[in-house]
Amino acid sequence: MNEPIRFLCDGEPVDAEPGQTIAAALTAADVWTLRRTRGTGRPRGVFCGMGVCFDCLVTLNGRPDVRSCVERVVAGDEVVTTGVRDV
Amino acid sequence: MYDLVVIGAGPAGMAAAEVVADHGGTVAVVDAGDQPGGQFHRHRPGEVHGRRLEALYAVAARVDMRYGHRVWTVERAGDRFAVRCVVGQREPASAVVSGRAVLLATGAHDRVVPFPGADLPGVMTAGGAQALLKGGGVVPSGRIVVAGTGVFLLPVAAGLAAAGGRVRGVYEANRPGRRLSSMAGEWGRIAEAGGYASRLVRHRVGFHRGQAVVAAHGRDRLTAVTVARLTANWRVVPGSRRRIECDVLAVGYGFTPQLELAEALGCRLEPGASGDPVVAVSATQRTSVPGVYAAGEVTGVGGASSAELEGRLAGHAVMGVRPPGRLLTGRAQARRFAYRLETAFPVRDGWRSWLTDDTVVCRCESVTWSGVRGAASAGAVDARTVKLLSRAGMGYCQGRVCGYAVNRLVGGDPMSVPVRRPIAQPLPLGLLAEEGEP
Repeated sequence: MNEPIRFLCDGEPVDAEPGQTIAAALTAADVWTLRRTRGTGRPRGVFCGMGVCFDCLVTLNGRPDVRSCVERVVAGDEVVTTGVRDV
Repeated sequence: MYDLVVIGAGPAGMAAAEVVADHGGTVAVVDAGDQPGGQFHRHRPGEVHGRRLEALYAVAARVDMRYGHRVWTVERAGDRFAVRCVVGQREPASAVVSGRAVLLATGAHDRVVPFPGADLPGVMTAGGAQALLKGGGVVPSGRIVVAGTGVFLLPVAAGLAAAGGRVRGVYEANRPGRRLSSMAGEWGRIAEAGGYASRLVRHRVGFHRGQAVVAAHGRDRLTAVTVARLTANWRVVPGSRRRIECDVLAVGYGFTPQLELAEALGCRLEPGASGDPVVAVSATQRTSVPGVYAAGEVTGVGGASSAELEGRLAGHAVMGVRPPGRLLTGRAQARRFAYRLETAFPVRDGWRSWLTDDTVVCRCESVTWSGVRGAASAGAVDARTVKLLSRAGMGYCQGRVCGYAVNRLVGGDPMSVPVRRPIAQPLPLGLLAEEGEP
């Protein structure tokens, strides 16, 4: 196995295998809630896993609404989940 | 300008690209991902093992692969097509790829049937679970339940179990049996299914026919599901509900073709095996629009080997070369088999009785069953009118996920879905302003 790469999720360090998507790395780290819905505030996580449903949106390095299931982790990435409420 | 722009680097798209390149044509293959093979051949980066994957990479090396390109529309301008894309998510940019012909090989995604609690984190589509496993090597920790209908549930459950996942059971809403075994020997895929079945037995994963997950439970994430026995029309058999503790549910009810680009181009659609729309094509994969071809799941869900044959046929047609006869007979055979498979695993109407008033139907806009029903009583008759009255299908995914269910819930004509959308992908407005002429 390759050296893991480290990124931050809500300020906490998470190790990912090189080439993993953000969603895959967070699933492996047992992080399930990736955003909350506007209004009702219901938690959402990975659903379609292939860029179709937009449930797995996170803020990546300050850019909101990034589909975490189709974006590969880069070392040093800063992912914010709970701050994302909305689509 | 290319002889062919292929949209989708799956089995159909890559096969077409290979044939066009073989005949001296120029090809660009546009795909949102960053590897050839599509969902079927999804693999971990750098792990290119096996003859088929190596062959895909060999083709990729001979054509222009445009990775990270999400197509938001295709325009026809005279005798050429402009394929307009958003490139990347980190620093989105725009790109236009132009060609004399276009092949729609956009594939399919899981068909979603809503049920109470299905929006909880931990509930994911079968395709999503498969993507995490094949693409990321991730087996979710905790107890996994696999449910829905169709042969695809078997490789998902077997794959997770073989990789160390704690799969508690597979719940197949239909009762495949006689019909399926009568097809045995007709195609290698059943033998393949047999392999999955024995793997499930080895890992002591129970396969439960005629049962479904009818509700998911949990506060901030999934902690349990309710499974129930179903009648022939998929209503819950009274007294058969029972609760199963679990952390992950992989649920799939077959597949929905990605038709938005075909629609934007005005390609004629027709009912597929399930009655839901697919792109109508000729024996050589031409659509009703000159210069536009379609192959693979968009023309009817049939699996990877069928998609590959269709891609080859399309490649020949684009280059004006007569296809080998075996391609035509192979495709006809594959289509017959796909039809029988699709009709052996239908989605029955009884799922509508699983819903409660507060069941989320449209995930993007949080529109519940009572919201959809309200739209129906206000006069909505199909997914399009429900959207206008309730916002269901108006969110980010543009009804890709809920369109099937919404339409069924109000008794709409299956052919009225998908709802026409001018833009197939969300698009930063700044990119529109930058758009130049192709």
